[in-house]
This record gives sequence, C-alpha cells and structure tokens, in this order.
Amino acid sequence: MLAALGRPFLRLLGGMGRMACFTVRSFAAVTKTRRLPRRLLRAIFEQGTRCLPVILIVGIFTGLVLGLQGHYVLNRFGSESLLGALVSLSLVRELGPVLAALMLVGQAGSALAAEIGIQRNSEQIAALETMGVSSEGYLVTPRLLAALIVFPMQTALFVLIGLYGGYLSGSAMLGLETGVYWSAVEKAIEARDLTECFVKAGTFGLITIAMCSYQGFSAHLGQGTGARAVSAATTRAVVLSCVLVLALDDVITSFLLHR
Amino acid sequence: MTDTPEPLLRIESLHKRFEDNVVLAGASLDVPRGSLVTVLGRSGTGKSVLLKCLAGIVTPDAGRIRFDGKDLDASTRADFRRRCSFLFQSNALFDSLTALENVALPLEQTTSLSDAEIRVQSLEALKQLELDAHHDRYPSQLSGGMQKRLALARAIVTKPELVLFDEPTAGLDPLRRNAVFTMILKYQRQFRFTAVVVTHDLDEALIASDRVALLDGGKMLFEGPPAAFTTSTDPVVSSFRDSAAALRESVAALRQTTAAS
Amino acid sequence: MKPTKLELLAGLFVAIGIAAIAWLTIQLGAGALVGGDTYVIEARFTNTSGLSKGGNVVVAGVPVGRVESIRVDPADFTAIVSLRVLSHLKLPTDTIASIKTTGLIGDKFIAIAPGADETYLKPGDRIVDTESSVDLESLIGKMAFGSVDKGAESEPQQVPASPP
Repeated sequence: MLAALGRPFLRLLGGMGRMACFTVRSFAAVTKTRRLPRRLLRAIFEQGTRCLPVILIVGIFTGLVLGLQGHYVLNRFGSESLLGALVSLSLVRELGPVLAALMLVGQAGSALAAEIGIQRNSEQIAALETMGVSSEGYLVTPRLLAALIVFPMQTALFVLIGLYGGYLSGSAMLGLETGVYWSAVEKAIEARDLTECFVKAGTFGLITIAMCSYQGFSAHLGQGTGARAVSAATTRAVVLSCVLVLALDDVITSFLLHR
Repeated sequence: MTDTPEPLLRIESLHKRFEDNVVLAGASLDVPRGSLVTVLGRSGTGKSVLLKCLAGIVTPDAGRIRFDGKDLDASTRADFRRRCSFLFQSNALFDSLTALENVALPLEQTTSLSDAEIRVQSLEALKQLELDAHHDRYPSQLSGGMQKRLALARAIVTKPELVLFDEPTAGLDPLRRNAVFTMILKYQRQFRFTAVVVTHDLDEALIASDRVALLDGGKMLFEGPPAAFTTSTDPVVSSFRDSAAALRESVAALRQTTAAS
Repeated sequence: MKPTKLELLAGLFVAIGIAAIAWLTIQLGAGALVGGDTYVIEARFTNTSGLSKGGNVVVAGVPVGRVESIRVDPADFTAIVSLRVLSHLKLPTDTIASIKTTGLIGDKFIAIAPGADETYLKPGDRIVDTESSVDLESLIGKMAFGSVDKGAESEPQQVPASPP
C-alpha cells in the first residue's frame, strides 16, 4: 500500500529533480556553446515572429469579449466608466501573461518538444555529444534565453491589442466615451501591476520552454519508442506546461498581492 | 603497418548489462594506430554497445578503455571527443541543416575558427567526398549513399585520429556495401585515421581490414589478422565464417527431404 | 554582411516587442503624461475623501493632468491637493476646481472649470474656488430623512445611462 503510493510520488520527485538539473545545466552551458547569438536569433524568430499572429488574434478577441462582458456587468451598477480599469487590470495582471504563455506553449512549445524529441530519436543528440558539442548548450540554451526575452514582449503585445479590443467593443460598439475608456485604463494601471505582469511572463517563459525542451530531450526515457515516444513526449510537454502555467500563476499572484 | 608497444586504443574486459540482459562480459580489443579493425559478430551480440561505450553514449559497468596511453575518464573524455569521430548507423544527420551546415557544425561548435575558414574547410571536406555540388541540399534530398558520404564528411572535417563506424553497410545491397568499404579504405589512407568498423558483412571485412575481431556472447572470441581468421579452427569462428556453406548444406538437405516426400 | 530574411524578421519582432513594453510601462505604468512639460498648481479642499494620488485632472472631460500629492494643512486642517497640469494650458485665476466621481461608485477625479479672468495661475499658485467631495453616505442619509440641501452640494456627475 505504502509502496503503491510511494512509487509514483518518488517518480514525480525524480522527474522534478531531473528537470531542475536539466534547466541548470542548460543555463550553465552558456559558457560552453559557441555562436550563441545566431541560434538565439532563430529561437526568437520561432517563439516571436512565428507566434505573433496567434498572439494578436487571441489578444484582440480576449479584449473584445472582456469589453462586452465587462460592460454588461458594470452597466448593472451604472459604472461603465470603470470599463477601462476592468479590461486593463484583467489583461495586465492575469489574462495577458497566462493566455500569451498558453498560446506560446501551443505553438512554439509543442513544436520544439517534437523537434527535440525527433532529434533524440534519430540519434542527432547523441551525435552532438560524440562531437564534443554540449547538446543542451546547442539546442536548449538559446531557446531558454529567447523565452526570457520573447514572453514579456508577446505579453505586452497581447495586452496592448487586448486593450484595443476592449475599446472596440466598449466604446465603438457600446458607445462608451472614448476618453472615459482610455483615461480609466491609464489610471488603473500602476507600476506594481506591470511588475506582476512581466514577472509572470518571464517565469512562464522559462518554465514552459524548459519543460518542453526537457520532455523532448527525455523522449527516449518514457514508454514506447520511435514516433509514439515523440508524440507522448509532445503531449506531456504541452499538458504539463499548461498545468504549470496556471499553478504558478496562482502562486505568483498570491505572493505579489500580499507583499 | 607497425605494431607500437601501446596501441592507439585498447579496450580491457568491458562489462555492460541492461537490467537482466548481459551484453558485454569482458570484451577486450586492441586497435593499433593507423589500422582498420573490423569487429564482426551476429546481430544483437553487443557490437553497437561496444562502440557506444567508446563514444561515451553508454557508460560501461566495468572495464577500462585506454586511448593514446591514457585511461578514458571524465577528464580525458573531452580530449578523446576532439580526436575521435563517430559514424552512426542511422547517419544522425541534422535534417534541418543543409549539407554544408551539417559539416560545418562540429567546427562551429568546437573550434574558434572564423566563419570564412569554417566555410573553406567544410567545402573542402564536401569536395573530397564529391558532395560539393550538393552543399545546399538538405539530407532528406540526398540519396542513401550520399547521406553516408555526408556523414563521413562531417566525421572527418575535424581531422580525427580515430573514426568509429557503426554498421556502415547495414541494409545496403552488395554493390553499395563494396562502395562503402572502398570509401572507408580510401579515406582512411588519405586522411590517415585509425578506423574501427562494426559490421556483420564477413567477406568485405576480411578483404578490407588489417585486423578482425569476433564478438560473441559478450566476449572477443577471436582477434587477429584476416588470414588467421580464415584458418581458425574455433567452432564459433568457423560457424560464423562458414555460414554460407552451412546454408548450402541445409538447403541441400531440405531439397532432398522435399524430393523424397 | 547582408542580413538574412530570418535576421530581419526576428529583428522586426524584437523592435515591435520593445516598443510594446516601452509603451506599456511609460504610457500606463509610470503614470506620466506624455506630450510635453507640466507645471504644478495647488487647490484647497475641505474634504478630499476618495481622491487618491494619480487621480485624473480634467478640463471639459479631457484628461490634462494628475493629482501629484494630497496633504493636510496643519494650520486649519484642510486638504491641500497639488495638481500637475500640462503647461500649455493657461488657467485663469478664477478657475473652479471640484472633486467629482466617474459613475455612481467610480473613482474620484478633479474637474477644472476655467474662469474668465485676464490673469493666469502661475506654477505654485493656489485655486481658491473649490468644491469638495460629495460624501455619498451622508447624502443618502439626508435623502432618507428628506432634507437634501441641493444648493450646498454639487450633484454627482451624471451617470451615462443606458437602461439594462
């Protein structure tokens, strides 16, 4: 009984430890890898430029629906003038970092987990090691660094387009005064809200890209082989990343709120 | 070929087991400098594992590997990797990089050469393997034989002293097998590297190698020049060597029984 | 060396990303008014309840500044509010400042109604004519007991009504 409970727990603990070591190793590999800027640029392209359309599309719809729902609720209390505050605080503190991270996991994270998984599967990672190239340094370090840069940027873009979406539905469609909306937005956001926004974005970027890389890297350790192992690793990468984002969101919010 | 007192590579009683499956049980091998050594064996006798222990992909349970007079351990591993290349059975080419980028990668990552120098050296390596016309193709756009040559180009671009070949002829037809062995032999002479080839293609190995070893049951059952292999009376060696004859006999026996019935 | 397409696209993204972060922090977070110099004037109120630092200062509904600080004058226990206003906005000396509310329970802000005087307020000057916060609770209390003095208190800003 104890063993039955203990084994999965130990496995979970072991997995967490391995992933932590993997992340630390990847950062330490900064010194061991060469021509990092070039691969950093590619990683920024993959996580940034390629994911920009989905960020903007999801962002504008999030803002639109926040504007509609917010207006509906506030209208009941005669406080539509607070719509800007509602939309901007929701976006900056919560929805921007979380939804941007989830979209980036969906597009960039899954792709990189599958790519690294296939590279593991076809011995490309072993080949790197036999060449004396740090496989973490070559494959993971640039992506982790890119995530630290790209996630806050994508979040900022998500928030801005979301604010515009809120303006479109609140002011352009439902007739709230333009100045009232934007001044409420400007007034509501304080420096600490932005701190929370960017702390979350950076943390999510680091943890999700580390998770996706780790799952791809250890595709051969799981059950099954070949294509099935890669697909299992990709699924694990996406599911665990999303769970981590939401769990960490809760932790960070409570930490920063009660400071 | 001269036998130096200490060979370039010496494997001493290597042990490796995966859970209950004992793969290597005290395998030893000497690889003299400048030679081409072939490790023969039936499929699944741990030939690839032996090579992967050398390449550092698999850690042996016991035994030691000496390279150029030094024990191979954590401190000498980096030096060994600089001086040794590994050719995977699957080629392990980077499918998102072009042929030129594939060859340039080890130079980019392990040397401090300039971009221009790397390009010159990579193109030179491609040219020597007659691939320079295809330098901007991706591995998937190349034929099987070209992929093999590309993998070899990537292996020799760092000017290694030792090249390990894992089943370079697996799944190839006899003509291609000959071509691959010719290629290994040609470039081994040209670049003066020491080669260890793991294969189960007996005929080609006996013709091309300087030394032959037979791995069976996790141990080296035979180690010596090809001539000695052909005359060995060891039962396992002879059964491996005379498999064609054995096939001929069993086919003849089968024909007889079908004819009789 | 000529930049590759990938370099250009990645660079473009980084430029857009930096612009977005900068805009978010400067325009919204720092609370600074982008668009020119500002000056500070003061206004004395008997009651500023609900007004907070960073609150909007508006003229004819247009934000033109922010509440810089709120402090108590130890001499007579009134509140002195410093207002940071755009400097191209010349306010006559007989300008009226009043504390108003956005919506029924919304934030407090300061509405400035410029007067008609020929002389203008200089930085550091004080607006003398002010209307303080409407104390909503006492107003409701008075209404409940039927004694609302409509002349003394300014009525809350009109609620933008769109009936549900």
